Amino acid sequence: MSNVTHADHALDHDDHKPQGIKRWLFATSHKDIGTMYLVFSCLMFFAGGTMALIIRAELFQPGLQFVDPGFYNSMTTMHALLMIFGAVMPAWTGLANWMIPLQVGAPDMALPRLNNFSFWLLPFAFTLLLLTLFVPGGAPAGGWTLYPPLSLQAGDSFPLTIFAIHLMGASSILGAINVIVTIMNMRAPGVSLLRMPLFCWTWLITAYLLIAVMPVLAGAVTMLLTDHFFGTTFFTAAGGGDPVMFQHIFWFFGHPEVYILILPAFGIVSEIIPTFSRKPLFGFEAMVYASASIAFLSFIVWAHHMFTVGMPLAGQLFFMLSTMLIAIPTGVKVFNWCATMWKGSISFETPMLFALAFLFLFTIGGFSGLMLAIVPADFQYQDTYFVVAHFHYVLVPGSIFSIMAGVYYWLPKWTGRMYNETVGKIHFWLSAIGVNILFFPQHFLGLAGMPRRIPDYATQFADWNMVSSIGAFIFGFSQLLFVYVIVNTVRSGKKATQRPWDGGRGLEWELPSPAPYHSWGTPPSEEIINRSSAN
Amino acid sequence: MPRHAPSSLSAYIALALGALAPLSAQAGWGDLNMTPGVTALSKEIYSLHMMVFFWCVAIGIFVFGWMIWSLIAFRKSAGAIPDVTLLHSTKVEIIWTIIPIIILILMSIPAARTLISIEDARNTELTIKATGYQWRWQYTYLDDDISFFSSLDRKSNVARQLQSGIDPNTVPNYLRDVDKPLVVPEDTKVRMLLTAQDVIHAWWVPEFGLKKDAIPGNINELWFKVEAGKTGIYRGQCVELCGRDHGFMPIVVKVVSKADYKIWVAQQKAARLAANIL
Repeated sequence: MSNVTHADHALDHDDHKPQGIKRWLFATSHKDIGTMYLVFSCLMFFAGGTMALIIRAELFQPGLQFVDPGFYNSMTTMHALLMIFGAVMPAWTGLANWMIPLQVGAPDMALPRLNNFSFWLLPFAFTLLLLTLFVPGGAPAGGWTLYPPLSLQAGDSFPLTIFAIHLMGASSILGAINVIVTIMNMRAPGVSLLRMPLFCWTWLITAYLLIAVMPVLAGAVTMLLTDHFFGTTFFTAAGGGDPVMFQHIFWFFGHPEVYILILPAFGIVSEIIPTFSRKPLFGFEAMVYASASIAFLSFIVWAHHMFTVGMPLAGQLFFMLSTMLIAIPTGVKVFNWCATMWKGSISFETPMLFALAFLFLFTIGGFSGLMLAIVPADFQYQDTYFVVAHFHYVLVPGSIFSIMAGVYYWLPKWTGRMYNETVGKIHFWLSAIGVNILFFPQHFLGLAGMPRRIPDYATQFADWNMVSSIGAFIFGFSQLLFVYVIVNTVRSGKKATQRPWDGGRGLEWELPSPAPYHSWGTPPSEEIINRSSAN
Repeated sequence: MPRHAPSSLSAYIALALGALAPLSAQAGWGDLNMTPGVTALSKEIYSLHMMVFFWCVAIGIFVFGWMIWSLIAFRKSAGAIPDVTLLHSTKVEIIWTIIPIIILILMSIPAARTLISIEDARNTELTIKATGYQWRWQYTYLDDDISFFSSLDRKSNVARQLQSGIDPNTVPNYLRDVDKPLVVPEDTKVRMLLTAQDVIHAWWVPEFGLKKDAIPGNINELWFKVEAGKTGIYRGQCVELCGRDHGFMPIVVKVVSKADYKIWVAQQKAARLAANIL
């Protein structure tokens, strides 16, 4: 054992860290790559957010004031693609890169060069996608779901979009392989799977989902490509194909994708709530099994996205019941988080505030999800703003808020500096109030009968649309504070201690702040592991 | 003077109410919930929706109450001391798995029952084929050989152009009016066959409770039976993204009495005959 330690020390002295641009281009350090992922995600968040504000500006009043309906459709399509594949997924990979080696007691990710490659695919993928804004025919406008025959009507943007999706998928698969190999092979001796923090657990499950479904998406879009350019008719009825088959294949990817976007959020919240309740997570094993059940169920509920395509009664019943089943493991999770706070000693720093907003607002998204599962009622909700409200409640205060919670939580560990708590709290309250003004009225709009993906609407929808747009601008502009807080922390934050949160458990808090270049050059001792173990 | 105060106050209230009247006529703020609709099925769907909604409210009161109670009672600033021995409890974990299962079963039974009656399309009395085009509907009455297109009304079409300068509030039924509505009789089980010529569209009138996709190469079916006495005009629009003018593809259904429907059919046939002779 002492030999190993010596060898690692020798390695530490032998760091030839590349400097300047090469540090980033040839990055193999999980920290640098994690940082690049997070910065990239932030850029895409603002690009996608700008598109959302264009949408909400047009919907502020009935009538068309600013944009052409075709461009409006491009905005909804691009907003979704940028937010899902550009903002949320890279943010998770960035957080995984930063935190998994720290949390499992490893020096770095298992496959550093693959790590570099999987990141650098993304700028190219999104350059292709954003280029479509400037090609003849405009950016893709058939919705992010790319349903044929409509998506086949796209102009020159079509092949660019397909190749961009291929690159994003390749990047995700490579990132997922890296996570699995790291967790399976690089855990320090003594860190058994069930002693791993829940963030590593939910990411491990997410990584398997990614490997299972990203190739399905790649297959579906490749069939679209050959339908468009090479005369195949996979999805063209006139040639014996079926447009509905695309929807089945797409949602077989799409529903697990939904959980790819939310499972790591469950992990982060499961770290933050115990820390600020100063009490270990309640029902750790139940949390692991619930996450795994949710992942399993995600493969057998896909058709609930397409109840209106005309399915046999047995199919509708099956997908209704399987979808309702998801409420059980999700309920277990919410109850466990509540029980974690019960008899705790709770304080309300910014990461905790975001985690609590997640808990409240994700639950509201869960309720509307349960309502949407009821097929007869779904015949009324489908493709209205009720659906828009539902998935934004689970994605914005769900995924986005927990990403922000994670950033505030671990920023001291990453930078060695504390963020400004007052500005952090202002950012939180503006975001939390803004997001509800933005999305809550959309429930009303949907129930009153307003379809989604329309640039203009009948006048009875005017009032709540105006409220929603006001919320959008409050929420959108308050995100500038987030950037301000981070820049301010990196530049001039107060020095952070090794344990900025007194309730924090986990191996990351056993390392100094900022964490050293090779996180765990020497594996943590058994004593440290016992002290910090989540379970 | 004080004696005059109440009367002037009530005058102000009357004035204020008068000023609010046009707002409430628009009913924008009040449109918070699903319409119960005008068919037996739509009412069943509405009550299903309300049942699940109230379950959610009940669960919400419990869960949010629990959270808020914890946040207040176990504040560090109030001197709460954490009970770090509270790690898990098989008993409560079983309870909070079983109770949701029971609630889900209670929800799914009426849902399945309604779904079965929705899918029961036997004994329909009238069949109409609706074909979606970019961006209008074609209605074909298969029994009477009547067929016509139904497109966005001209006034709305002018007002909806980019920077048209026309206030949509001045256009009657802005974006929800067509040149030629679908006409159906009340108290009649009407079967809609849905298909499309180019891309996928979807046909939806909220008051009838159902929507279904119109897919090229595919024929979908839905039925509705407007209750007797519920004659009138019902409006909806295409609800599956179908390209540039997806937002401008309204559906208007005029429900008339059975007698009026017969007259309408006769008129349509006569008009076609006249057109053929000419």
